[in-house]
Amino acid sequence: MNPFNYTPEQLHDVAHQVRRDIVRMVHAVNSGHPGGSLGCTEFLVSLYFRVMDHNPTFNMDGTQEDLFFLSNGHISPVWYSVLARSGYFDVKELATFRKLNSRLQGHPATEEGLPGIRIASGSLGQGLSVATGAAQSKKMNNDDKLVYVLMGDGELEEGQVWEAAMYAAHHKVDNLIATVDYNGQQIDGPVDAVMSLGNLRAKWEAFGWKVLHCENGNDFVQLVPVLEQAKALTGHKQPIIILMNTQMGFGVDFMMGSHKWHGVAPNDAQLEQALVQLSETLNDY
Amino acid sequence: MKDFPYTESKDTRSGFGAGLLELGRTNPNVVALCADLTGSLKMDAFQKEYPERFFQVGIAEANMIGLAAGMTIGGKIPFTGTFANFSTGRVYDQIRQSVAYSGKNVKICASHAGLTLGEDGATHQILEDVGMMKMLPHMTVINPCDFNQTKAATMAIAEFEGPVYLRFGRPVVPNFTPADQKFEIGKALMLNEGTDVTIIATGHLVWKAILAGKILAEKGINAEIINIHTIKPLDARAILESVRKTGCVVTAEEHNYMGGLGESVARVLAQELPSPQEFVATQDTFGESGTPDQLMEKYGLNEQAIVAAVEKVIARKKQ
Repeated sequence: MNPFNYTPEQLHDVAHQVRRDIVRMVHAVNSGHPGGSLGCTEFLVSLYFRVMDHNPTFNMDGTQEDLFFLSNGHISPVWYSVLARSGYFDVKELATFRKLNSRLQGHPATEEGLPGIRIASGSLGQGLSVATGAAQSKKMNNDDKLVYVLMGDGELEEGQVWEAAMYAAHHKVDNLIATVDYNGQQIDGPVDAVMSLGNLRAKWEAFGWKVLHCENGNDFVQLVPVLEQAKALTGHKQPIIILMNTQMGFGVDFMMGSHKWHGVAPNDAQLEQALVQLSETLNDY
Repeated sequence: MKDFPYTESKDTRSGFGAGLLELGRTNPNVVALCADLTGSLKMDAFQKEYPERFFQVGIAEANMIGLAAGMTIGGKIPFTGTFANFSTGRVYDQIRQSVAYSGKNVKICASHAGLTLGEDGATHQILEDVGMMKMLPHMTVINPCDFNQTKAATMAIAEFEGPVYLRFGRPVVPNFTPADQKFEIGKALMLNEGTDVTIIATGHLVWKAILAGKILAEKGINAEIINIHTIKPLDARAILESVRKTGCVVTAEEHNYMGGLGESVARVLAQELPSPQEFVATQDTFGESGTPDQLMEKYGLNEQAIVAAVEKVIARKKQ
């Protein structure tokens, strides 16, 4: 059972506040990755406030609770905001993002002991392996809870992802739900221009995965049912992956759909312009 | 010179296999992962007896390291097995981020290290692995010398919380350490007390140091011989105590002189007790195909090389 189990309206309010947090965090240090963070806001808000059976009183082993791993660690702002807003640590700590002596490193880490983080990520391509190992650990422990992992689409260019894909299907890791943030953008430009992913559904199916599709991962009405469907499909001797279309920069009009905002922070005027579009719903930190 | 009798010769990788099997019996949290080298790593006995705790990964070492890191979440103690080359250089970034930086309790077990891998040649003979692993914060680096010590080390690292790199090899070598000797991570073992020179050896070079000690004794040189099985953390106190007495040191290892045990010893001495030191190690080179003995001779890693280094360092001390 999710500790919040929010309605779509409540999820919407959380998402607005998370987006405010994201743009304010990256603006304050003039660095970080707002684009992918904004695009994955509905996804992380859905997991932590509706879908996952998790315990904000953090325990590294995560026994008898669902686990989430962020493989594309550069979208740390959205994860930090969602963790704070769901009670893992004080929202005031968001103000320390990327600053000296902070637990909120540019990319997620365990070194400083930030609650909610179970592995460092940032160097891409490693999260699916880690999540698969954690899922097998759960099986060995007779723990029937689930493991979730999010990857970027550009990240799929890393070979290790496909090593893990092969392994999880071969070993029938069926308590694992992976999601690809398919926003079609990476640092150097559109994914199709940098390194085409081809028929992604066919690729994952050929690797032996059950593939679900979410047409609009920025719409709770579409996303939550897909996540619930994925949960219902666990335990059938097959790992599950959701190919989730999102828009990079969603919710801030001038950031939407462009790779330019992958890793660039807004200036003062742009911050104001962004905040006008995002109502304050849960109070700023 | 003390005598080190032994009744059999065995490979250190078999010591790892024996230790792992024993851990299967004694520690239900120990799990093993292997990248298609189960027989070479001597993990087959564990696989046979504990199939539910053995994970065949296929030829995909990066995934293996990530899986192992993930399995620690939930309390498992994963032992990964492949050749030293594929345990380090091939997966350095995975070890760095998912294991060392993340502080995960993964035991990276690496066989066929160094030149003694033999005929397969330089692609497989890694001589840089200790350097890579000791550079990583949080990583413990262990290189035992014979079957018994490798078995004991394998069992000891399961009791230790944190990432460990355990390095061992392929060839059969004298099994001379006592089977009941307790393995204490980070503690040097005094093999022979002496006064003229300190020989600090690790791994396969420990036995070569003993052979060298005998030759030196016949020449009237009284060598102190220390077995350093843990390169990080290094037992600086034992090294300083010995070199204070002897005034010079020879380090011996099956590794490049850059990044290995010798450099770690040199750092301790440079800070505390600057002393003449000679390095028995490979000289910033790759290996090649050949038998282990031929290679150890050609690349200067045998007892004659240690004797020559001792004579040189004693001459430097007298200058």
